Amino acid sequence: MDNQLKRGLLDVCVLAAIKNEDSYGYKIIKDMKPYLELSESTLYTILKRLEAADMLSVRTAEHDGRLRKYYHITEAGIKRIEQFRTEWKEVVSIYQFVVRGEQHE
Amino acid sequence: MNKTEFLAALERALRGLPQKDVEERLAFYGELIDDRMEEGLSEEEAVAERGSVDEIAKQTLADIPLSRLVKERVKPNRALRAWEIVLVVGGFPLWFPLLLAAAVVVLALYIVLWALVIVLWAVEISLWACALGGIVAAVFYFVKGTALQGIVMLGAALVCAGLSIFLFFGCVAASKGVVILAKKIARGLKSLFVRKERAK
Repeated sequence: MDNQLKRGLLDVCVLAAIKNEDSYGYKIIKDMKPYLELSESTLYTILKRLEAADMLSVRTAEHDGRLRKYYHITEAGIKRIEQFRTEWKEVVSIYQFVVRGEQHE
Repeated sequence: MNKTEFLAALERALRGLPQKDVEERLAFYGELIDDRMEEGLSEEEAVAERGSVDEIAKQTLADIPLSRLVKERVKPNRALRAWEIVLVVGGFPLWFPLLLAAAVVVLALYIVLWALVIVLWAVEISLWACALGGIVAAVFYFVKGTALQGIVMLGAALVCAGLSIFLFFGCVAASKGVVILAKKIARGLKSLFVRKERAK
């Protein structure tokens, strides 16, 4: 898949993974696994990028006697998901234009 | 390899990078190992799933922008002594031009690389223009009734068109090559700043 496209998709996927409740690294990977395989270093890069863009916030909480980082979606993050949904409609209509010719054959 | 050994190896591989990035990465991978163990994996298995330390180190270096590496490198670990400050300030006329020269050389290298690509594409475009112009001129000659000049013109135009098709592939390959080279130079520059720190 085109790198630029994939990068944008992964960002939205990670945001979606923390949308309903705060999540942590391993859980994000596990939740996404049925849909797409995400390597840990890739996840790290995405989380950093989203944090820098203020689309998520990070808090450290104790879990079972050790520290764990939880990621929380921000207003901007929710907006990004909304934006993605409208963008995707455009992508679908482009797709329909692309395959239209093939169906006529 | 157990968790402690893995994190120690990772720390060694990341040595020289900004402290904050190293600590964050270590915490991130440590947490992942703990979470896997909590799910019932043995420590060794949880570590083995993390993949190679070198791969993580490579990705880390790629993620950190050059400007941060330089800033980290230049920032002294302790307060400067009085004579060091005097040296830095007094030496300004010496080190500043040198630093500027180094930066300009790197910039020039980049410009030369891209100029090469631009030149290739310029030749490609001119060949196309010659081919088109030649065909138009040939038609003009034919219409005027001087067929001999027309045939010569048409031949020249076809030669130009042929060359431009060949060169097109060369242009594409050269552009790709330069993009890869530019990435390699960026990586080389970064590791330059990292290695110096390591040697200290």
